[in-house]
Amino acid sequence: MATLEIDRVRKSFGSVEVLKGVSISIADGDFLVLLGPSGCGKSTLLSMIAGLESVTSGEIRIANDVVNDLPPKDRDIAMVFQSYALYPTMTVRQNIEFGMKIRGVQPAERAKATLAAAEMLQMKHLLDRRPSQLSGGQRQRVAMGRAVVRDPKLFLFDEPLSNLDAKLRVDMRTEIKRLHQRLGTTIVYVTHDQIEAMTLATRVAVMKDGVVQQLDDPQVVYDRPANTYVAKFVGSPSMSLIPARLAVDGAGAVAVFDIPNEKPARISGIPIAKENATKFNGQNVLVGIRPELFTVSDGKPGRTISVHIDVVEPTGPDTLALFQIGGVEVTARVPPKTVEARKSATLTVDTTKIVLFDAVTEDRID
Amino acid sequence: MKRSIRFSDRLANWLPRLVLTPSLLVVLVAVYLFIAWTGWISLSSSNIVPRYDFVGLEQYVRLWSTPRWHTAVANLFIFSSLFLGLTTGLGLLMAILLDQRIRAEGALRAIFLYPMALSFIVTGTAWKWILNPALGVQKVVNDAGWTSFVFDWISQPRFAIYCVVIAAVWQSTGFAMAIFLAGLRGIDNSVIKAAQIEGAGLPLIYRTIIVPMLRPAFLSVIVLLSYVAIKSFDLILALTNTGPGSATEMPSTFMYAATFRRDQMGVGAASAMMMLMTVAAIIVPYLYSELKETRDGC
Repeated sequence: MATLEIDRVRKSFGSVEVLKGVSISIADGDFLVLLGPSGCGKSTLLSMIAGLESVTSGEIRIANDVVNDLPPKDRDIAMVFQSYALYPTMTVRQNIEFGMKIRGVQPAERAKATLAAAEMLQMKHLLDRRPSQLSGGQRQRVAMGRAVVRDPKLFLFDEPLSNLDAKLRVDMRTEIKRLHQRLGTTIVYVTHDQIEAMTLATRVAVMKDGVVQQLDDPQVVYDRPANTYVAKFVGSPSMSLIPARLAVDGAGAVAVFDIPNEKPARISGIPIAKENATKFNGQNVLVGIRPELFTVSDGKPGRTISVHIDVVEPTGPDTLALFQIGGVEVTARVPPKTVEARKSATLTVDTTKIVLFDAVTEDRID
Repeated sequence: MKRSIRFSDRLANWLPRLVLTPSLLVVLVAVYLFIAWTGWISLSSSNIVPRYDFVGLEQYVRLWSTPRWHTAVANLFIFSSLFLGLTTGLGLLMAILLDQRIRAEGALRAIFLYPMALSFIVTGTAWKWILNPALGVQKVVNDAGWTSFVFDWISQPRFAIYCVVIAAVWQSTGFAMAIFLAGLRGIDNSVIKAAQIEGAGLPLIYRTIIVPMLRPAFLSVIVLLSYVAIKSFDLILALTNTGPGSATEMPSTFMYAATFRRDQMGVGAASAMMMLMTVAAIIVPYLYSELKETRDGC
């Protein structure tokens, strides 16, 4: 159990800078997810926390101790790899006991810890098999068991679910969440899957090109993305970003959407601070609307917008309706059978959760 | 139309068999038939020409009462165990060192592999000069000022066999290295990282995790090198010509001499059968256990 501080950390491979000054700090017992596309530096950062890569500049502190120059074994961490990284010539039991053996744990204690981990991960019946005789999910369980018996200050997970099929991935996700709830150990978890990040994390760091775009609670990252990149990356279907002009009238801020050959559409009640409303008055902005902010209008006038539905995609619990506003495709999540393709519809927008972005810098406007 | 389709179908069916038949016939005649023939000769009283009578195990008794054959068997033992051990060990060590992402790896690999391209005759001749006290290592060191330095194993009956080992190891180590290196390259890097995090040092990681994972590479190296060791003939002839005296006699050279020079075809055939049995006794159980293990999913 430990806090983790990453303080202005940089990493270069030759002339290529992979991490450009990353600062992340999490509390004891947090579940930090490093989220980003491949090549954003998230795995490199994890390797640096593990001590498998050197730190070019900056500091990494685990439990307030600077670990920059500590070898991996002295950092008191355990890591689970995407490829499981089991030792193929050893049985499951030997795999789990290997680290304890090296640390000089007595045989009786080793057996006890192995059994406890096997029970917790429901793999007691697998202990005498070899990795090649296990399925992907079972191998991942073994890899987790190997990490658990170490009882480390910090768990590191490097895309542990990427090699599993969809169904198993959901099950193992729950398993990892349960593990965290039971042990309460601080976890750093790398993934490119935003659903994993949302479901598992207590803190999410969205990364792009070696820079942290936003570090927040998952719900905040979802509701108040720091910029358009985060807005697009988190959430599925992703947030629609509609170009508009900001106007201010007596009631507050209004987003004006230019629609070709028609009167501009207007949505009033945009949540924006007064000084920013004045500052951005008349300027171009991007209006971010999540699909679930739309509801089918009951006909009463208000914050509504008339659209022409292009495509309807039923998903079961609800239906995704796709239409155009201001030249971009917008997705709305509405109850099944409430809209029809190639027909007009009037949709109400929950304006309190709309997010505005600067059209130039693409940063959020509060 | 229908008939031609049927013909091509039938051809496709028969083609693999047709293609394989000649080589199968050649192998049957040139290998297995002659093994059987040699076995028969070893039970006859043949000397200068084959004779197709039956004298039981008389030739084997003669063989095992020949001191030269005992030398040959002892030499084979020394040579194969040292050759196999050193080649495998050095090859593995070099592969591990080359696998540490070093610079100019390609060039080094080619240099180590190059001796493989030479025939044993060339290797033997070159090492005959290198090991010759009046020409090679000893002379170089003496000329450099260390005049008391002596390295004349090749002319000493007790040590000459080790000279053969040196030359053979020099030739084959690169080959073993190449196979081990290919095996090492196939190992997932994260396995090493996982072990590092658990606190294992590199020597321990190699000993307990990586080397056991190289089992298939060991199988290839050992099988291929053991038959090199047992059939080694040209190297001996070029390097020492079984001398000094009969100090570097090997079963293969013994067989050749008995059959074609000393008019003891029966003894030669008996020695050939002994070699065959030795090879079978080593290789068959090894292959059997290894192949069985892989089938179990190791």
